[in-house]
Amino acid sequence: MRAYKWLLLRRLTQLVILSLFLVGPWFGVWIVKGNLASSLTLDVLPLTDPYVLLQSLFAGQTLETAALTGALIVLIFYLIVGGRVYCSWVCPINIVTDVAANLRARLDIKGGTSFSHATRYWLLGISLIVAWLTGTIAWELINPVSMIYRGLIFGMGLAWGIVIAIFLFDLFISKRGWCSHLCPVGAFYSLLGKYSLLRISASKREHCDDCLDCFRVCPEPQVIKPALKGAEQQISPVILSPNCTNCGQCIDICDKNVFNFSTRFNTTVQQEKIS
Amino acid sequence: MKITRREFIKANAIAATAAAAGVTLPQTAIAAGARDKIRWDKAVCRFCGTGCSVLVGTQNGRVVATQGDPDAPVNRGLNCIKGYFLSKIMYGKDRLTKPLLRMTDGEYDKEGEFTPVSWDQAFDIMAEKFKEALKEKGPSAVGMFGSGQWTIWEGYAGVKLMKAGFRSNNLDPNARHCMASAVAGFMRTFGADEPMGCYDDLEHADAFVLWGANMSEMHPILWSRLTDRRLTAPHVKVAVLSTFKNRNFDLADIPIVFKPQTDLAILNYIANYIIESGNVNEEFVKKHVNFRIGNTDIGYGLRPEDPREQAAENAKKAGGSKSATFEEYKAFVAKYTLDYVHELSGVPKDRLEALAKLYADPKIKVTSYWTMGFNQHTRGTWVNQMCYNIHLLTGKISEPGNSPFSLTGQPSACGTAREVGTFAHRLPADLVVKKKEHRDFSEKIWKLPEGTIEPKPGYHAVLQNRMLKDGKLNAYWVQCTNNVQAAANLNEETWPGYRNPDNFIVVSDPYPTVTALSADLILPTAMWTEKEGAYGNAERRSQFWRQQVKAPGESKSDLWQTVEFSKRFKVEEVWPEELIAKKPEYRGKTLYDILFANGQVDKYPKQEVKDSAGNVYHNDEMEDFGFYLQKGLYEEYRLFGLHGPKKGHELATFDQYHQSRGLRWPVIDGKETLWRYREGYDPHVEKGAGIQFYGNPDGKAKIFALPYEPPAEEPDDEYNLWLVTGRVLEHWHSGSMTRRVPELYRAFPDAVVFMHYKDAKVRKLRRGMVAKLKTRRGEIVAMVETRGRNRPPRGVVFIPWFDASRLVNKLTLDATCPISKETDYKKCAVKIERAS
Amino acid sequence: MANNKTGSILNRRRFLIETAITACSVSLFGAGLALYARQASSLPPYAIRPPGALPEEDFLGACIRCGLCVRDCPYDTLRLAKLGEQTPLGTPYFLARDIPCEMCEHIPCVKACPTGALEPELTNINDARMGLAVLSDQETCLNFLGLRCDVCYRVCPLIDEAITLDMQHNRRSGKHALFLPVVHSEYCTGCGKCERTCVLEVAAIKVFPKPLVKAELGEHYRLGWKEKEKAGGSLIKDVLDLPDRMPDNGLNLPKIPEGL
Repeated sequence: MRAYKWLLLRRLTQLVILSLFLVGPWFGVWIVKGNLASSLTLDVLPLTDPYVLLQSLFAGQTLETAALTGALIVLIFYLIVGGRVYCSWVCPINIVTDVAANLRARLDIKGGTSFSHATRYWLLGISLIVAWLTGTIAWELINPVSMIYRGLIFGMGLAWGIVIAIFLFDLFISKRGWCSHLCPVGAFYSLLGKYSLLRISASKREHCDDCLDCFRVCPEPQVIKPALKGAEQQISPVILSPNCTNCGQCIDICDKNVFNFSTRFNTTVQQEKIS
Repeated sequence: MKITRREFIKANAIAATAAAAGVTLPQTAIAAGARDKIRWDKAVCRFCGTGCSVLVGTQNGRVVATQGDPDAPVNRGLNCIKGYFLSKIMYGKDRLTKPLLRMTDGEYDKEGEFTPVSWDQAFDIMAEKFKEALKEKGPSAVGMFGSGQWTIWEGYAGVKLMKAGFRSNNLDPNARHCMASAVAGFMRTFGADEPMGCYDDLEHADAFVLWGANMSEMHPILWSRLTDRRLTAPHVKVAVLSTFKNRNFDLADIPIVFKPQTDLAILNYIANYIIESGNVNEEFVKKHVNFRIGNTDIGYGLRPEDPREQAAENAKKAGGSKSATFEEYKAFVAKYTLDYVHELSGVPKDRLEALAKLYADPKIKVTSYWTMGFNQHTRGTWVNQMCYNIHLLTGKISEPGNSPFSLTGQPSACGTAREVGTFAHRLPADLVVKKKEHRDFSEKIWKLPEGTIEPKPGYHAVLQNRMLKDGKLNAYWVQCTNNVQAAANLNEETWPGYRNPDNFIVVSDPYPTVTALSADLILPTAMWTEKEGAYGNAERRSQFWRQQVKAPGESKSDLWQTVEFSKRFKVEEVWPEELIAKKPEYRGKTLYDILFANGQVDKYPKQEVKDSAGNVYHNDEMEDFGFYLQKGLYEEYRLFGLHGPKKGHELATFDQYHQSRGLRWPVIDGKETLWRYREGYDPHVEKGAGIQFYGNPDGKAKIFALPYEPPAEEPDDEYNLWLVTGRVLEHWHSGSMTRRVPELYRAFPDAVVFMHYKDAKVRKLRRGMVAKLKTRRGEIVAMVETRGRNRPPRGVVFIPWFDASRLVNKLTLDATCPISKETDYKKCAVKIERAS
Repeated sequence: MANNKTGSILNRRRFLIETAITACSVSLFGAGLALYARQASSLPPYAIRPPGALPEEDFLGACIRCGLCVRDCPYDTLRLAKLGEQTPLGTPYFLARDIPCEMCEHIPCVKACPTGALEPELTNINDARMGLAVLSDQETCLNFLGLRCDVCYRVCPLIDEAITLDMQHNRRSGKHALFLPVVHSEYCTGCGKCERTCVLEVAAIKVFPKPLVKAELGEHYRLGWKEKEKAGGSLIKDVLDLPDRMPDNGLNLPKIPEGL
């Protein structure tokens, strides 16, 4: 039986964060101003997207204290909770691509192009190089993630087209193509999450009945295998891959309650109490 | 319309480019060819008293364009930005098209909602209320408030209906707020109203002195001429006096910012300087001038119970004076020394001297201009007269370039309010109700029984509001003006007066102004070229226009309303029996029969109104009444100037005005008069007399010895700033028309309070912040402006009053010049703080 | 073993090929992006940056498109470029004809900027140079035609500095003056109030990026009267000037205007 606890929590978080930005322009209640690139909460807390800032740095700009402070806070936060928590708990594109993935599975759409998971790192690299070459934050000209968020808060323009494009791309062309293969924002946050504390652990991997449900729902299925099937090789049950988005879909789907949130240091495997 | 291939391609290319750039092209640009069908006819600008001539373009029953008349002597094809938008003023989205009566459940109710009614219903209730008031309290309980924007015949019909028909002198125009001090000054000094000079002085003077006339904004086209004179004749000097720095100062050779009210002292200093420096034109003074000492301590025209009135010695004898000699006058002004006046006014001595020298130097021809700075003054009459004093002392008057000249605010303040005599104390052509001879003459012209016209002056504008509040004036008709936005002390006088349950208030207006919305009955009114009209500008120039288009919906002109309303009254309902007994043939007749179908006004039968090109024009009044009403009224009115006891008001014929671009009266022997009172220019001056101020019986003008006296209200510890109100170039007539033109609205959308940045700073205010302005009478909020066109010195703030969303007249004090009864809108005390 | 080895070689080869493909396509993409960035970064001439904005090349590197300046603008002047607009995506700008900059004394937009794309050194709004107003159509400008509009002049927050009225004789009318609006780049902040309020159907005065409209005098020439003013007197001293020979010492000659 499938539970929706983490999915609902994630959607709720995504919507709450978005609505914090929106109650200002919509109702004049200014809790958070700005957007994900940089924001000011309750006129005191600055938050800045470190990736955008990094691009700015590559574009040759010296950075102001306000932005640096904001970026540092964000950096520390994601260092703890896992970089790609951004992807699954904050990024609005995630909703789009999740729906696309779900639909693709239901409609049993096969084929299309597949990209290497590494492509996003290449893109990350190239985004910084282009910033350096052009002296502009070039990626932000086409970055769908910031485009959508900014669009929702400041007015969409033609950005709906991009949403639809990504949806169709993920649905027909490439399975989990955007978030899991191409998006350099995700790539950046992956790197950020390399040593993060909060992790999902297959601590009850003994219970796994190989139904493969978790692989089916996981946006980054390659991250599960070592933890889930690594008992023999003495591999930790904690999913240590930085690509894991801590979305919790594996926890929700698993009948056997194999997965749970844990820390990277909690490597104990829960043995069956009754042997 | 023929369009060449080339034009077609070009037009399409433009349209495509515009579409790509997201620009909507104006309709006119696209359909340029349609211009051919426009019919052009002459008219006069609807706004200020300059009287720029325009040509009005009509197409398919709509005014689609205007242009400055390139051959007009005043403006030579030019307009200011208000004139540029003339064609839009009639087409505001909220034009009123039906009479609206406050009703509840189908019945009139003072507290009811405005409900559309027919003209019949409107006049029924109106007549009922007027009759009720007349019956219960007599003629003093009915009143009318008119306008310097009325056409000449509208004012004239108003005078007849009120003063002859209802026998009530409670008729006053909004010009009371605007020109009354100039009128009183002219009358007291010269015995005849209106300037002796004309706009041609602009091209003749060697020096211009602006006394409280912000011409650069308020009379833009005249300012353009003044500037040109300054530019093309390098010897010309311009002195600008104001209580704050305005746009005039751009051109000022002698810039003077003085402390409010001290203009009185400066004028006496100049008189003193002229005398002391031996520059009195002794021959002129001896031959043409008498001296008088005016009563002093005359109060402030407030309600009699106000302590300031109680304390004033001569509050009831404000206009009194006694005869004097030159020596007495000399002694009187001797105390206004340079030191004293410098101290009092805060003006640097060298500037005061430079100013005085302009007047004193016999070789310099000086033209003085003033508008509201002089007129809206608790000593407005005095300050007007004191300016004449210095022109008379030096003999610099009544010749090209030597002119004391009062500019007017409204397009027909002169033509209608003054010449027709729509004031509470006046009759046409400088006659007054007080004088039996004048009443007799008027009654003769109007074919009325002797004693019809009441000798006592009626309620003037400010008094009307007080009497409305006190319940003594109960049936009240306001035409063509927005007095609820204009009259001072809205909270304590005007509003309680309009909403007093004893009163029935009728407002005729094309738009739902603040005044209309304060009324009980609103009558939709035709405006400007929706009717045949005539205005008289500040240089005595009368200009006529034909009706160009139909008014929207059921709108009717003020003229139609006044005349049609007179049909509702049988003479027995309004006149006492003994009066009717003197003219028994009037028995059973209506006021319409007596006043308008009197064999004189209805003399000209219904006819086609045509221009010289053969175009035929509407005349809705002629259609409705069956005769040429405007012509009849004008020709009857003209008799006052031709045969009246006051000479010098001769007008040309109705037809001549329709043929001309306007003529400056007196028009005698087919010639205009440019400078009055001087032989050779003015035919009324006897041969060999040289100069004759024939308004006074002895042909001499009067120099009045008058002192500096403090204003009614000055800043104190609590209300610690001077509040000056006024206008801006973009808006006129309370903004009722200009604010409905999107471009003008955009140019100056909301009234802001101009103040010195240091005054703002100490009140923790910055430019762009919202401030609360509070006086003893009310408060409003407005944005602070520390930059921009007006730069008040410390201690003074300026706010324009065009903005219906912040009624500046909640702040202003209803203190008036006790002689002219004109309100001082330039001086009261205000407190300013941050609006929370 | 051999099979294994072959397999691993094959795998490595495939990996290398794939990597090369990815690298190539990503580089191609990068090149495309760079080209697009260059093209999309050109600010259309009608879009005006907020006060204190760095020069456009730097601005596009420093602005992270957060919109905080937009949020703190009390007049809703600023907006972020949406996809499909010609302004670089997500960057703040305003259209003077719609809502101009009101030149707040405390410059909230600059204070809001976290990255310094709007220079924090700008503390006096008079020093802002958002653009430069240009009276671009003298043929249609009402004042050039002799009318008394001068709305642009009167709304100018730096009236008599950024815009002055040059008064001249109107030869057509003969007795009126022309009040010609003149913009002074030394003072004009490019706030756009003039463009906003120009009463014409299409504004005769418009604000453009300064580099687009500002001319430059050749270095090889100096304006004599300005140099004199700077120096506080003539640059050459003790010049000999002999009196002119004239009857009556020239008293009967009409005076020649001496200029300002």
